[in-house]
Amino acid sequence: MTMAVSPASPVTLNRSTPAEGAGAPLIECERINLHYGPAQALKDITLTIGERHVTAFIGPSGCGKSTFLRCFNRMNDLIDSVRITGAVKIGGQDIYGRDVDVIELRKRVGMVFQKSNPFPKSIHENVAYGLRLHGMKGRAELDAAIERSLRGAALWDEVKDRLHASALGLSGGQQQRLCIARAIAIRPEIILMDEPASALDPIATAKIEELIVELKREFTIVIVTHNMQQAARISDYTAFFYLGELIEFDRTAKMFTNPSKKQTEDYVTGRFG
Amino acid sequence: MTPAPSPTARLDFRPRGFDFASFAFTGVTGLATVFILAVLAVILATVVWHGWGTFSWRFLTTGMTTAAGGANDMFNAGEAGVLPMIIGTALRVLVMTIVVVPVGVITAVYLTEYAQSTAWTTRIIRGAVNNLAGVPSIVFGLFGLGFFISFIGRGLDGGAPEPHWGKPAILWASLTLAVMTLPLVIVATEESLRAIAPGLREASLALGATKLETIWKIVLPEALPGILTGGILAVGRAGGEVAPILFTGAAYYMRDLPHSLTDQFMDLGYHVFILSTQSPDIEKTRPILFATVLALLLLTLSLNLVAVLVRARVRRRMRANQ
Repeated sequence: MTMAVSPASPVTLNRSTPAEGAGAPLIECERINLHYGPAQALKDITLTIGERHVTAFIGPSGCGKSTFLRCFNRMNDLIDSVRITGAVKIGGQDIYGRDVDVIELRKRVGMVFQKSNPFPKSIHENVAYGLRLHGMKGRAELDAAIERSLRGAALWDEVKDRLHASALGLSGGQQQRLCIARAIAIRPEIILMDEPASALDPIATAKIEELIVELKREFTIVIVTHNMQQAARISDYTAFFYLGELIEFDRTAKMFTNPSKKQTEDYVTGRFG
Repeated sequence: MTPAPSPTARLDFRPRGFDFASFAFTGVTGLATVFILAVLAVILATVVWHGWGTFSWRFLTTGMTTAAGGANDMFNAGEAGVLPMIIGTALRVLVMTIVVVPVGVITAVYLTEYAQSTAWTTRIIRGAVNNLAGVPSIVFGLFGLGFFISFIGRGLDGGAPEPHWGKPAILWASLTLAVMTLPLVIVATEESLRAIAPGLREASLALGATKLETIWKIVLPEALPGILTGGILAVGRAGGEVAPILFTGAAYYMRDLPHSLTDQFMDLGYHVFILSTQSPDIEKTRPILFATVLALLLLTLSLNLVAVLVRARVRRRMRANQ
């Protein structure tokens, strides 16, 4: 299966495509509709996410932003009642197409969850898990990849002396960075983050935010957040969702200073939500 | 809604008199516990009191017959020994465990990880498992005779004049016990599978693991203590059961120890029944009877103990990893 990043193609200008400065389009969503049984959770969402940018999804609880995020690695497949129409293309290929291997997709599109969920194994084994799944065997090779991933997640210095201690002994912020290390270990192109800092204290949150900004040099990051300051601080683009609809999508700077829609302005200034 | 307290109301912490209901409830629960312990103590004391005199290392480690005495030796305190019964019982419990744990775990994995919980097939399977747990054990014995021995065994023999498979055997007794204890393993495994945080499965799948890899590498290791609990319950239940093996493998008397799984065997529980009903002299046999009961209790206890120790070891290893 190939899912190579397509060469920069001309960016079609429509309401949801960011204008100048966007990286090559990597994720292209076209008219996504998603139903949980009879309830519609996403309405006709069209949006394009550029390569090596941080894109933030904001909006009140239940607006569909997490559900939308989970479309990109097909985690919604796990729920029986979900129906999706429309197309999600990553690097030009429709990931809901027939010839798509979900395993291969999830290797390319990593995910970090809201609640840190390290495996009840050692720190070393947590990072090794994904590497072994995808065929890495040699001890030296594994050790090197694990160190690289832990460094990449700014966790190495804190855990290098206890790699074989249980991951569950780490603090909440360290656990979340371990989950990031685990995700980047298998070298995905895209990392999806579903409110990765919502359960953390401000210091741990600041570390995660720094890390995200650092990671965008290599990875394309899509992050769902409830924290508007966080979106403003770390993202290049912001999408505002409300009741399953994409209200506005633009450069973060513009979204927070001069949004085109009244609803966006009301939300980012805290007048509702 | 309680009315807002008036500003003049004062808090009052004085006791409101004797709380009879609490006192009575504490008393009743305490008495119930004492009663259970008393029953257990009386049973154990009786068994030890009557059996201790005959219970000895020789009693546990000798075969039971002399050439002259034959089957009648088992009613003679000086000659009787329970080694063949201990071996037979331990063997049938072991074979049962080897069968029931994998089958039960696989069923539980299907029910919790694969089947849609609302589908009618799943509901039927769950109902069947629960009903299986409620079937009297003698019915399992008859089922074992009809299904394993007559149907499968005779089928394997293919009409040979001398049946090799189609007769009572350790194998059939163990399989019958496995069917009987299946619900215990299934339910215990299902519970431990459901107790695993869904986040762990998601984390594994999101890394590109298949469902099988997730179950094999993440879910089952986490569920292992619960699975072992199911195994312990099964061993405890099967150890003392007599009815399911009555027609499927237990022998009244055998000269030799079983050589293969297609041989019959002597069994401690069944032997207790024989001693208490078939003896020519009940009074003389009574000490042997109680000593055999004691041996049965100790065997069941030690089988359980082994399983509990294994589980404790697994838990310790897991905790070291946490």
